[in-house]
Amino acid sequence: MLAYIVRRLLYALPILIGVNLLTFALFFVVNTPDDMARMQLGVKRVTPEAIEKWKAERGYDKPLLVNGEGAGLSVVTNTIFFEKSARMFVGDFGRAEDGRDIAREIGSRMLPSLAIALPTFILGLFVTITLALTLAFFRATAFDFWGVVLCVAAMSISGLFYIIGGQYMISKLWRLVPISGFGAGLEAWRFLILPVVIGVVSGIGSSTRWYRTIFLEEVGKDYVRTARAKGLPETLVFFRHILRNALIPILTGVVVVIPLLFMGSLLTESFFGIPGLGSYTIDAINAQDFSVVRSMVFIGSVLYIVGLILTDISYTLVDPRIRFE
Amino acid sequence: MGFQIVVLWSDGLIWLLVAAAIGVAMLIAKSPPLLAAWRRVGASRVGMASATVLLAFILIGLLDSLHYRAQLESKPGKKAVYAVEVLSVLDALAAPLRSRNEKTYSAPFATRLYAKETIDVPGQGSVRDYPRLKHGGQHLGEREGEVAEDVGFTAFRACLLAFVGWLGVFGLVVAGTRRQGQVTLAGQTGFAWDAVLLTLLVIVLVSVPLFWLSGRYHVFGTDKVGQDVLYQILKSVRTGLIIGLVTTLVMLPMAVLLGIVAGYFRGWVDDLIQYIYTVLNSIPGVLLIAAAVLMMQVVIDTHPEWFSTAAERADLRLLALCFILGITSWTGLCRLLRGETLKLRELEYIQAAQAFGVSNWRIIIRHILPNLMHIVIIALVMDFSGLVLAEAVLSYVGIGVDPTMTSFGTMINSARLELGRDPVVWWSLAAAFSAMFILVLAANLFADAVRDAFDPRAA
Repeated sequence: MLAYIVRRLLYALPILIGVNLLTFALFFVVNTPDDMARMQLGVKRVTPEAIEKWKAERGYDKPLLVNGEGAGLSVVTNTIFFEKSARMFVGDFGRAEDGRDIAREIGSRMLPSLAIALPTFILGLFVTITLALTLAFFRATAFDFWGVVLCVAAMSISGLFYIIGGQYMISKLWRLVPISGFGAGLEAWRFLILPVVIGVVSGIGSSTRWYRTIFLEEVGKDYVRTARAKGLPETLVFFRHILRNALIPILTGVVVVIPLLFMGSLLTESFFGIPGLGSYTIDAINAQDFSVVRSMVFIGSVLYIVGLILTDISYTLVDPRIRFE
Repeated sequence: MGFQIVVLWSDGLIWLLVAAAIGVAMLIAKSPPLLAAWRRVGASRVGMASATVLLAFILIGLLDSLHYRAQLESKPGKKAVYAVEVLSVLDALAAPLRSRNEKTYSAPFATRLYAKETIDVPGQGSVRDYPRLKHGGQHLGEREGEVAEDVGFTAFRACLLAFVGWLGVFGLVVAGTRRQGQVTLAGQTGFAWDAVLLTLLVIVLVSVPLFWLSGRYHVFGTDKVGQDVLYQILKSVRTGLIIGLVTTLVMLPMAVLLGIVAGYFRGWVDDLIQYIYTVLNSIPGVLLIAAAVLMMQVVIDTHPEWFSTAAERADLRLLALCFILGITSWTGLCRLLRGETLKLRELEYIQAAQAFGVSNWRIIIRHILPNLMHIVIIALVMDFSGLVLAEAVLSYVGIGVDPTMTSFGTMINSARLELGRDPVVWWSLAAAFSAMFILVLAANLFADAVRDAFDPRAA
């Protein structure tokens, strides 16, 4: 098992290097640092001196990949690629446009993101799996049919609508919870309820339908027929056999998401004014802060790869037949 | 009055897509298994009803994809001068909607503005009151209180006309199917004519009165700058369709080619392609899109000399967005196709072909590609609705289409603060969400019908 994990981690390295090269190309080759300086300083009325100054302050005045003037190692290290991209591997993300340390900012914003994402995720999983199981239990009845119709309708509603509508109804009309904001400590729950509920509701349509398909696929298998044939009641068949066997396909989709929960949700967080990583990213996009966006892309891919590895490991825990030796 | 035809890049692509669709339809007609699957789609009532709705949307989008610049009035004998503004056929048809702008917000079917203003009333001096709208309900004159009667009567007449028109279509269909010796409307024609006709009835019963009334009122109200919301909705349809359709056009060749090549040749080619899509896949989609759009925005902003009109700039940004969405979304289909190709290449008939010395590319085109078509079709239809929804979210976040371009996302974005107003302005949001809901729901239902027909195994 350990050997397998180590091997997977080693496999992840070339992929991360690829991500790094891709973002580097995207941010520095498509646009030169001159373009970025011009954007930041305002496209019109910008002097070449101001551009040079901007670049020098932020360390963009170095060569892109190879420094011809340097000696020894500094041929490669004293470059934009090394300073801005390669250093990300050791968690050094540099500074944002407003001068703040990105790594520290990420550290402090991770918790609010998790505070929203984790309850939404767990509650959402519970609700959708329960609904899907109910629909599968009453399969091929009018209940199932209308359930699926509702799911398709719910899927077709824009996520923006859930947020805007929910905020308007629950916070503005009924005044049940604050519209937006975030509090420290235990007081935070009042701010958390609405985004969590909206997050769960907006996911119901597509996930329920997806899990229902998985359950129905299990229902048609031979072992279920055997279980019924030996006289097990239908509820027992569902909870003991089908639910357990349907866990693998459900796990595939779910475990990958867990690390990404750190990233938060762009929409929810910026709507509810939660100081998490999602709103951080949105703010950075709006402020055209390239270093922050670059760092978030890198972290996102690291988390995704971690998720993939976790998925494979979780297989072995759920299904002892799967071995990776 | 003359005009100059303008072909924007996205227009070109969308008409190319129409041509491609016709070409594919002709290919399908020659292939019995695909034809049989499409027949099953045709027999599905839900599928055909949603297809009818989709076609209505596509018609609006196509009308909006024929662009021109109107000729300005000039002295005879002089060289013709054309307007800077790029219009479309839809703009010409909806000219009253486009040009009859109010000052600011007005509610649906309102005759007065939504905000009080100081107005001069003869004999009374200056009064603060809601001023009459310049266009909405103008024909009523003094009988301002009779809006409900007027609307009801107009809508009733329009419905009658719509129904008569629909009866004509109905008669044509019945006559047409009779002649082929088939019984219609009983589900025995093999094509769900009843669903199509019923949907068509609903569409004309809604759209004809809407069209009629929109000439006299602002049916969905007006927005902050007094522009008719119905007009914005119509314009948003094209943006949504382009994002949904052109993106699939972009990703399709890449996904199909790389997927098949990886599965068929295996070895280092497979490793390389797998590496590429794992790298792309491991970056969260929204972030990759955000980064790419950000970069593209810098390119556009630093090279203003590339674009002669604002429409061209917005158009290029739209296309760039399609490309970026395409690049981030080809990986899933590619992986599916690779897996299926790996399976197919081990089958006997492919090995027989190889033993006969048929070239690899010929095997791919003749034997593998046709056997993958069902996966491709399912994936394409399934992706569409997600892309329309994604466009709205991206535009809302500020990394979608150009802010000057009308789309569901930009509409929602400009309308979101209106819910905080008192009294609340709800109509633009409601209209944008409803239109998007109908489009996406139809797409989802159609996708389901297609998937059921092509992949009977999946529940």
